[in-house]
Amino acid sequence: MSILVIAEHDNSSLKPATLNSVTAAQAIGGDIDILVIGSNCQGAAEQAAQVAGISKVLVADNAAYGHQLAENVAPLIAEVGAAYSHVLATATTTAKNILPRAAALMDVQAISEISAVVSADTFKRPIYAGNVIATVQSSDAIKVLTVRGTAFDAAPAEGGSAAIEAVASAHDAGKSEFKGEEVAKSDRPELTAAKIVVSGGRGMGNGDNFSMIYSIADKLGAGVGASRAAVDAGFVPNDMQVGQTGKIVAPDLYVAVGISGAIQHLAGMKDSKVIVAINKDEEAPIFSVADYGLVADLFTALPELDSAL
Amino acid sequence: MKVLVAVKRVVDYNVKVRPKSDGSDVDLANVKMSINPFCEIAVEEAVRLAEKGIATEVIAVSVGPKQCQEQLRTALALGADRAILVETDESLEPLAIAKCLKAVCDAESPDLILMGKQAIDGDNNQTGQMLSALLDCSQATFASELSLDDGKAVVIREVDGGLQTLELSLPAIVTSDLRLNEPRYASLPNIMKAKRKPLDVKTPDELGVSIAPRVTLLGVELPAERQAGIKVEDVAMLVDKLKNEAKVIS
Repeated sequence: MSILVIAEHDNSSLKPATLNSVTAAQAIGGDIDILVIGSNCQGAAEQAAQVAGISKVLVADNAAYGHQLAENVAPLIAEVGAAYSHVLATATTTAKNILPRAAALMDVQAISEISAVVSADTFKRPIYAGNVIATVQSSDAIKVLTVRGTAFDAAPAEGGSAAIEAVASAHDAGKSEFKGEEVAKSDRPELTAAKIVVSGGRGMGNGDNFSMIYSIADKLGAGVGASRAAVDAGFVPNDMQVGQTGKIVAPDLYVAVGISGAIQHLAGMKDSKVIVAINKDEEAPIFSVADYGLVADLFTALPELDSAL
Repeated sequence: MKVLVAVKRVVDYNVKVRPKSDGSDVDLANVKMSINPFCEIAVEEAVRLAEKGIATEVIAVSVGPKQCQEQLRTALALGADRAILVETDESLEPLAIAKCLKAVCDAESPDLILMGKQAIDGDNNQTGQMLSALLDCSQATFASELSLDDGKAVVIREVDGGLQTLELSLPAIVTSDLRLNEPRYASLPNIMKAKRKPLDVKTPDELGVSIAPRVTLLGVELPAERQAGIKVEDVAMLVDKLKNEAKVIS
């Protein structure tokens, strides 16, 4: 078995999400290589070479790959991936955009967001918003998989010393162009990597009241999330949404404030180790998954919690 | 410009599905079926393009059993001009659906293809990207804003870090995220009118497409149930529990 892990990175550094796929690759078993596709991405490649248990790092460094445009990157993955038994990437929006395109070019039926490895060709994955877990077996010669990051621990980022090899092949389809991005600037940890996440829901009432959440999050070193209801109401931007159609998180501690606990939201956080719910409605479904429930008005409970920390 | 919009028939989003008693698959007997919510958003976007005079024709396409005609009629009631069903009773994977859609696109030559980012049954999030690969055209997934200008599509995408803007040459595939728009409700007169709009039926065989499955479903199970814990009386007790019992804060 030979496994290719597609690196998630920002050219200068490797993103921790990559490490979850490395662990999934180890569960499959075999030689593991990492493919770094980017522009001026030597920094990311050097970090990938440090990851424990990697045989080699392949680097495709070309201006056309700088913004991870699917039309340019997918043909490269299809080309390099043809020599492997498995191609994996952690299911970020980048990988979800690119990997199915690469799979189609390889005439492979990709398998999305695996949550467990049963054997080299059999995997578990959540369907129906996580209400059901399916076990599926692939008959394709090459398995193309995205990996649900929260289902696999991160592999050690250091301890390895893999060789770095350049991949010369360049693909520039010229079909799409990157025009810009609005990236949320925050000193708080990224939601999917945070050890603690504090999320607010519709019960917060408005965007200004999220300052209570930010204050508590900063004392805990936590990331801040929100329910779909809070995002749809315009309290906070969409990249904070936790849930089936937002981000899937599984921190050590998840604090849900003023969130009723719609299935959509539970699908995004129910694998957290410890869940706290603060809600004034004691019938709220969020309490059925909470380890610690506090039935209280959040406008009195949050200031109290803030001063107790 | 010609716009093709793909729609999938799925379990209604309000239904909580359960495994069959033998665990072979989910139990879909007698459950309500609907148009996939993300596909509905794609249909709405196509209809808005028609209302702005940008789209000259909106074609709704579905791949699946005969009953998908219901969802195509819904798309027609929302404003699509005509519909095509690629009819098969076989279970379909994203790659097979993309191949059927490619054959339809080859015949229809749309300038823009709108789809949902994923279907809420299989949660695969693959078909749009796969169709784009097969057509060798541009793609923008997770779209929250779409504008067309001067033969290009400008799309704002919802990505992990925030928002990204891409400019695509046509033909292009755009898959909708939740915030692209809020779909309208079909009015009764439009529902009646939709019954007379053309709906063509083809088969994968007629399109020359192989839909043989690559992935076997071995079984389904419920996820591990999370047990409800305890109710704490006040904030002090909560902090104490988190520090001393769960040991998740210090």
